[in-house]
Amino acid sequence: MPERVRVKVNGRELEMPAEASVAAALMSAGVSGLRRSRTGEPRGPVCGMGVCMECRVRVDGRAHQRACQFSCREGMEIECR
Amino acid sequence: MPNSPVWDIAIIGAGIVGCACAAAAAAAGLRTAVIESQTPGGGTTAAGMGHIVVMDDSPAQFALTRYSQLLWQEWAPELPQGVEYSRCGTLWLARDETELRLAVAKQQAYRSQGVPAEMLDAGALAAAEPKLRPGLAGAMLAAEDAVLYPPAAAKFFLDRARAQGACLIQGECAALAEGGIKLRDGRRVAAGEIVLAAGAQSTGFMPGLPIAPRKGHLLITDRYPGWLHHQVVELGYLRSAHSLAEDSVACNLQPRLSGQILIGSSRQYGATSAAVEPGMLARMLQRAMDYMPELAQLSSIRAWTGFRAATPDKLPLIGAAEGHPHVWLATGHEGLGITTAPATAALLLAQMTGTPAAIPAAPYLPDRQPETGEAHA
Ligand SMILES: Cc1cc2nc3c(=O)[nH]c(=O)nc-3n(C[C@H](O)[C@H](O)[C@H](O)COP(=O)(O)OP(=O)(O)OC[C@H]3O[C@@H](n4cnc5c(N)ncnc54)[C@H](O)[C@@H]3O)c2cc1C
Ligand code: FES
Repeated sequence: MPERVRVKVNGRELEMPAEASVAAALMSAGVSGLRRSRTGEPRGPVCGMGVCMECRVRVDGRAHQRACQFSCREGMEIECR
Repeated sequence: MPNSPVWDIAIIGAGIVGCACAAAAAAAGLRTAVIESQTPGGGTTAAGMGHIVVMDDSPAQFALTRYSQLLWQEWAPELPQGVEYSRCGTLWLARDETELRLAVAKQQAYRSQGVPAEMLDAGALAAAEPKLRPGLAGAMLAAEDAVLYPPAAAKFFLDRARAQGACLIQGECAALAEGGIKLRDGRRVAAGEIVLAAGAQSTGFMPGLPIAPRKGHLLITDRYPGWLHHQVVELGYLRSAHSLAEDSVACNLQPRLSGQILIGSSRQYGATSAAVEPGMLARMLQRAMDYMPELAQLSSIRAWTGFRAATPDKLPLIGAAEGHPHVWLATGHEGLGITTAPATAALLLAQMTGTPAAIPAAPYLPDRQPETGEAHA
């Protein structure tokens, strides 16, 4: 059994495998629109490898973090709009 | 060509200066053509920062920038949203007591010319821009300075010109010819008067013009709404802009309406490649972070360069070209062409139509005598 960590997505608590990327955590939580474009359209992960910049979320208060580029940590707070 | 029209005015270059001249000429009832080889507004105009700023390097620069700023204020209600005109003001930052004295002198100079300017002490400055590092001495706020998005502003002028009958001709001008302009593809544009507004490329038509390309770098961040509120410029910027020989950088930060932050700026002579130079970019960013350390936490999206058309006295060339009958110059705007495009158009059209201008045109005439007095600030 992989280690589990608890993260918060828009204030809602979720349990995830520690090595899961934030993008994977969000997808398994059923969140598909990770952010909104400037004109208000929903956006989500496309490349999964840090290039397309479409998966940006706010992590622990820092804006524009690529959800596909780092793993879930205990207590991490993720915000997507 | 039998059916091609004879224009009253043909303008070479649809940067912000050429477009502003076209709008003024068309409004004056002249049959106007603008010739552009690339995208209108896509040259140095698209590379610039779009800071509408009063600058006091010399009395003539002060007069031109202030006059033009007031013209922008007149245009403001008509500018489409895409121009992103925002009167955010400029904070001129003083690091220490010495710079604070310079800022006070600057404030007095502005006020003596009727330009609003106020002093902020260290506490007021920190409240106005909380991301600035502690320990700065204060700042001068020029509240009427503004920012806009330059290529959209150029398009606004071009659209106005076209709505009043002007015509955009896509093509590359090869040379000035008797009674018009020869294009690279063999076409000829016949015109009574020609305006050279090709920015840093103007020397291609008149090799003797006192214009040298001066490279600049900029970088833009992702969107961080509310992060920065004013255009923030270190007082040392004047020194950087004034220096004629050395490469220099200065902290110059601009809040875009999108929440993006535009970070400048550098000045280089002798650079001919448009490539982004990592060393120069690093110097520029380090300078910006000296004032706002938290910039290091932000994501950048893109860095690019542009070439300013620099003259020896840092004033543009506006008026009849010496030794070239029926050719007029509207070029050499260095780092202020976005600010001074409306004034350039007004001064040029006044000369071309023999009507009075709002400010003396002499300091900007192409055949002016080099200024002898020392520079200010
Ligand atoms: C990094 C940087 C930051 C700046 N920041 C500011 C700022 O904050 N505020 C400010 O006021 N100014 C700023 N400037 C300066 C400003 O961008 C320029 O002064 C201004 O854009 C000049 O406009 P222009 O129309 O003369 O030139 P350009 O925009 O270069 O237009 C000239 C046009 O002529 C065309 N052309 C050239 N040759 C030919 C030909 N043979 N045939 C047909 N067309 C031709 C070109 O394609 C181009 O579109 C900045 C400049 C730089 C580089
Ligand atoms: S999914 Fe493309 S950068 Fe994250």
